[in-house]
Amino acid sequence: MGKIKPRAYYRETLNGGFIATKINYMLGWGRKYSLFHYPFITACCGMEYMSAACAHWDFDRFGAGMTTFSPRQADMLFVVGTISQKEAPVLKTVYDQMCEPNWVIACGACAVSGGIYDNYAVVQGIDKIIPVDVYIPGCPPRPETILNAIEKLQEKIQHQKQDWQWKIKK
Amino acid sequence: MTRIQKEASKESLLINMGPSHPAMHGTIRIMLELDGEVVRNSEVEVGYLHRGFEKTCEHKTYFNLLPYTDRLNYVSPLINNLGYVMTMEKMLEIEAPERAQYIRVIMSEFSRVSDHLTALAAMTMECGAFTVFLYYIQAREEIWNFIEQTTGARMTTSYIRIGGVRADLHPDFKGLMDKAMKVTRRVLKDVKGLLDKNKIWIDRTRDIAVVNPEMAVNYGFTGPCLRASGVSYDVRKAHPYLVYDQLEFEVPLGDKGDNFDRYMVRMKEMEQSLRIIEQAVEKMPDSASRAGLMVKGIEPDEAIKASRSKKAEERVNLSPNLQGSEKDVRPDILVKGKKYTVPPKEDTYTNIEGLINHFKFFMSGHGIRPPKGDVYFSVEGGNGELGFYIVSDGTDNPYRLHLRAPCLHIVSALEEMIKGHYIADIIPTFGSTNMIGGELDR
Repeated sequence: MGKIKPRAYYRETLNGGFIATKINYMLGWGRKYSLFHYPFITACCGMEYMSAACAHWDFDRFGAGMTTFSPRQADMLFVVGTISQKEAPVLKTVYDQMCEPNWVIACGACAVSGGIYDNYAVVQGIDKIIPVDVYIPGCPPRPETILNAIEKLQEKIQHQKQDWQWKIKK
Repeated sequence: MTRIQKEASKESLLINMGPSHPAMHGTIRIMLELDGEVVRNSEVEVGYLHRGFEKTCEHKTYFNLLPYTDRLNYVSPLINNLGYVMTMEKMLEIEAPERAQYIRVIMSEFSRVSDHLTALAAMTMECGAFTVFLYYIQAREEIWNFIEQTTGARMTTSYIRIGGVRADLHPDFKGLMDKAMKVTRRVLKDVKGLLDKNKIWIDRTRDIAVVNPEMAVNYGFTGPCLRASGVSYDVRKAHPYLVYDQLEFEVPLGDKGDNFDRYMVRMKEMEQSLRIIEQAVEKMPDSASRAGLMVKGIEPDEAIKASRSKKAEERVNLSPNLQGSEKDVRPDILVKGKKYTVPPKEDTYTNIEGLINHFKFFMSGHGIRPPKGDVYFSVEGGNGELGFYIVSDGTDNPYRLHLRAPCLHIVSALEEMIKGHYIADIIPTFGSTNMIGGELDR
């Protein structure tokens, strides 16, 4: 046997070893309970979003209560409501400004697929412009549905392969 | 190059506000020409929520386009339903039964309260009064609970139908209604205590964005914004519809027309709305179901089974939320005549005539077909006069449908309202106009 190349050794351990999975788990745990979100609210679903954010339903219980109005500080983009053709470039700009890692929730039928507005003015689902992690159906979705979506996203984040700064890229 | 870029002087600073800005509600963009912190000039750009409502309606039948009206002013969908439905009723020359009219009044007044609550909640939150925001939304939540109990949906209800309403009030509606009224009254009292003499709130709203009566009328203001300027115009008083002429209420007026007055008028209007609801519940005639005239029938699945061998005659029990389709309740809440309303479900599922009626109602070219002509009708919406203009060419979909959205006229005055004020004053001013994207951009 020749000499073990340290770099290759660490690469192997860090990507699948005990420490790496634990770091992965801890980062996932940390990230899922501190979702700073950017609410991109345009239309009707915003009213239900307000309900979900307020004292009655309160999604702060899931660690998603912090609203930042700067995309650069946000982890999660909450696209709530209809995205028209005129609004689309704005949404794209906002998404591009977000730092990694970021997640997107499409809330309501219009954001998911255009909803009942199947016409010239409306983007038929925001996944035509930006990637989406969780889709919330409903026109508009009830606050419970929004809470459920946040739980689903947390589950996804927990089981995701986390990206961290000092990880050796392949 | 937009207008403001051409007009701006070289020393001033051009800055963009919105459409993705927390205070711009996501659907408006304001280009500001600043001199330090003072707004010298501005340009408001609308249209970020244009969803093609009017054009889409031209391709829907009169019955099918009702859900689109829910999504115009999405804080008070029941009033939008009412506006459209009343226009259609004027065109078809029919009138809803008395009980349905009272139910409509109750529902639209609750919607008005929820509209004002949301408008003020947004306005106060953007000024930093987060407690007030939470209180307002708490009251709104109780109101929506009541609305959900009867209509089956919190926001997009499609409850008020051509010829009446979809269903009778829930048998136990009084419990939730009383709770909603109680909570709303308590919230209004709390908020009054928190804001009315609050130095910060008064400093931020008094004498800001003053709209004098002439300017308000010239721009076509209606609703709370017009009344805050001291002009007494309320569609409910000026052109009474439904049973508003039999109910007692006042039209609150402001004296200066600034942001504080617009807040005050909304607060007072909510109290008046609650007063209207109390009277309407008292005066509302009993329905057959409530007077104990209805006999218990058989379960729906049994009725369908029985109808396979012979013509079903027995009464069918339906869940309270579906009472609208119960045959015995229909005379109280829907007009007679199979031309205008969906036939009762009992008939549709148990006999052939009912099934044919049902198909004929929904088949393209056979539904509601008003006579040729055009008609305009307006109701008092949350923001002001909400008018529908419908042109019919005799077929079952409208030739043209136009909406007179109250907030378009108010937002068009925004440039003049914020001129000469600080940037920080834009936020309460814009909040007090209660811009609702769905209605503004249609």
